[in-house]
Amino acid sequence: MSARDLFSLNNPHFTRGVGIIAAILIVTAIAGFIVLPFAQPWIQFANVWDAICSAAGVVQRTATVAAPEETKRLSDVVLTSHTLSRPSQEAIGRGATLAQRCAICHGPTGISRADSPNLAGQYAAVIYKELHDFRSGARSNAVMSPFAVNLTDDEIADLSNYYAYLPRLPAYHPTPQLPKPNIVIFGAPLRGIAPCGACHGSLDNKTGSPWLEGQSEAYMKAQLQAFAEGERRNDISQQMRNIARAMTPQEIDAAAAYYASQPPDVVKAVD
Amino acid sequence: MLVNRKLILAHFWLAFAVFGVALTLGAWQMFIRSPLGTWLSNPELYYRSLTAHGTVMGYVFPTLVAMGFGYAISESALEQRLVGVRWAWTGFWLIVAGSIMAVIPIALGRASVLYTFYPPLIGNIFYYLGVVLVVVGSWIWVALMSINLRIWRKAHPGAPVPLAMFANVAGSYLWAWTAVGAALELLLQIIPVAAGLKNTIDAGLARVFFSWTLHAIVYFWLMPTYIAYYTIVPRAIGGRVYSDSMARISFILFLVVAMPIGMHHTFADPQVGAGFKFIHSAFTALVALPTLLTVFTICASVEIAARLRGGRGLFGWLRALPWDNPMMLALAFSFVMLGFGGAGGLINMSYQLDASIHNTQWITGHFHLIFGGAIVIMYFAIAYDLWPHLTGRELIDVRLIRTQLWLWFIGMVVTTFPWHWVGILGMPRRMAYFDFADPAIAPQALSVIFSAIGGFVLLTSGIMFIVILARGMRAPQVDAGAYRFAVAVHQPATVPVALNTHALWVALMIALTITNYGYPILNLATTGTSVPAVYVGAQ
Repeated sequence: MSARDLFSLNNPHFTRGVGIIAAILIVTAIAGFIVLPFAQPWIQFANVWDAICSAAGVVQRTATVAAPEETKRLSDVVLTSHTLSRPSQEAIGRGATLAQRCAICHGPTGISRADSPNLAGQYAAVIYKELHDFRSGARSNAVMSPFAVNLTDDEIADLSNYYAYLPRLPAYHPTPQLPKPNIVIFGAPLRGIAPCGACHGSLDNKTGSPWLEGQSEAYMKAQLQAFAEGERRNDISQQMRNIARAMTPQEIDAAAAYYASQPPDVVKAVD
Repeated sequence: MLVNRKLILAHFWLAFAVFGVALTLGAWQMFIRSPLGTWLSNPELYYRSLTAHGTVMGYVFPTLVAMGFGYAISESALEQRLVGVRWAWTGFWLIVAGSIMAVIPIALGRASVLYTFYPPLIGNIFYYLGVVLVVVGSWIWVALMSINLRIWRKAHPGAPVPLAMFANVAGSYLWAWTAVGAALELLLQIIPVAAGLKNTIDAGLARVFFSWTLHAIVYFWLMPTYIAYYTIVPRAIGGRVYSDSMARISFILFLVVAMPIGMHHTFADPQVGAGFKFIHSAFTALVALPTLLTVFTICASVEIAARLRGGRGLFGWLRALPWDNPMMLALAFSFVMLGFGGAGGLINMSYQLDASIHNTQWITGHFHLIFGGAIVIMYFAIAYDLWPHLTGRELIDVRLIRTQLWLWFIGMVVTTFPWHWVGILGMPRRMAYFDFADPAIAPQALSVIFSAIGGFVLLTSGIMFIVILARGMRAPQVDAGAYRFAVAVHQPATVPVALNTHALWVALMIALTITNYGYPILNLATTGTSVPAVYVGAQ
């Protein structure tokens, strides 16, 4: 028997095999696309075609439902692996000139004496994102916002590249190194808190997350509290707000004190 | 007639060597996230280990077993020398190269994305290229199996294809087609991002592509086991296959319905329509059919063996079975684990019930019981049965073999039953550690400890298995004779063309893939729902 005889209506194996499979497919399709959608009393369909489209997963945009009003601005920064890659020496030089206006708080070498973040050697993506957020209003601060509001896109990129280029120096008022608290090493699995280092550089770095070693204790504590209370909201998917809300005040103190006491050279290098 | 023994042995040895490494990693993982271990200060190490364990156990180990066994079947069932030996070695070396290429980035922590890839996570490109090489190497095997069967058919026009080869080729076709899903995911979605050509990825579409592979790959893993049920066990225990046709029908049913069912892995995914999920759920239920047919046929075949040995009565014949025969033992253990695993599978394939166990430890318990238990224990049996024919030396220590099989069975039950239980209690999977000091999950600590102990029993059994095979390489030489497969009660003189060829069933498999996957893939590919990639181990 040749292939032609196999795929022939005279071959009962062919007709039965295909027939049974087709019948099962048709019955399940009718059940899945027509019967079951209408069996859900909480969903109303205009007609059968509407039900079929819904069951098939066609994206339906209903114009009648208005999008919720945006009360606060959200971060609209887009970072890709190419955004800040391979800056030129000129760009870094332009950044250095622009950075003179930042030095009053962030220090002439990028190390702050004023409980502002140390920027020397910070990931470029972090400075890029925060400056954009200050400019757009997604993050606001009485001192920082007026500085950021007049920066152009290029200036922000140059500043980010300049600070990322600076060597990481010890903090201005280094404290004796503290042992790692549990909240930093392990997070709190049952409360959905990942170890800090999973994003902030000592284990792995997720784009847009700063390294924290040697930063001001008062600053980090204030930011965690601002995230917990929802005053700061430029974390796109509420990553930090969810974590900070689940942290106890003692854990916030311990994490801030620990990171402030660390030298910044343990941070994972940027590729 | 086993001519290319070195080729087959190379496949088996590589398979069991990587299996040993991955098993050790698995036992460590069980330990480190149980209350017996201290928490890892770097959870990334856990995911690194998990990626290596899954990649080896999912892609490398079973593929090599299926290939080695396939070559053995081709030579001994068809009684003709393997055609394309040089190609077969090329396939083997591609798998070696691919495995090395994939393992290096995993070891460096650059590809801790788990073996199911989980886009938008993106790891080092060499990890994915390594997996592609493994798949390409196995496709050479698929082609060789098809070519060898074709050559045999030309020499034996109209003759019934030996059951072992018929099933083997069905398994190879199933693999060829099911691997296409992951290949499309890798080539169209992941590799362009890993290579830096793109920085967004359609995670939903990628997951649908992967589900195309993810379920039928289980039936590809299962094929050597089912071939052993039908063609090795009855012969080894002195019985006959109850029905040759039933066996063929089971294998073609696997070919047709194993494929268009993968979306039951995406029940919790919003990007797939509920209608398609229902169809996939219904077709998943159909897969029970070839399994139940097999259980019936094999039980009947075993009963034949018992009655030939003088067994009497409704169930009294069970006592007459050769329980000291490792093959009998392996079959019994495999069936028990298949029964429990299959029952658990009914929960997973049900659209509603799945919601209660989706992404919990239940799932890991389930696939370890089915794959690690029911399937792998028959891989052991296949190796034990083939070894004297491959090495020309006897495996003398039958008692050690029995102990090894017992330990594997006990270890797998002790590991997976508590694993299922904590899953029902809601323990999520893919976690590096759990806070058992917290009253919310403290009661689960005991179950997890049992599970971890089971893991070490499995490790012991795995080491014993490798030791037995290694000692078998130095045992006294014997003439094992020609390698034979079980014969049926009624050996077929002629077989209807539909049960002697694969074309109709391959056509149905492809047609069902198009009906069940065509629209969801087209829909996702045209709506453009990409998200930014999340790079692992790199800024």
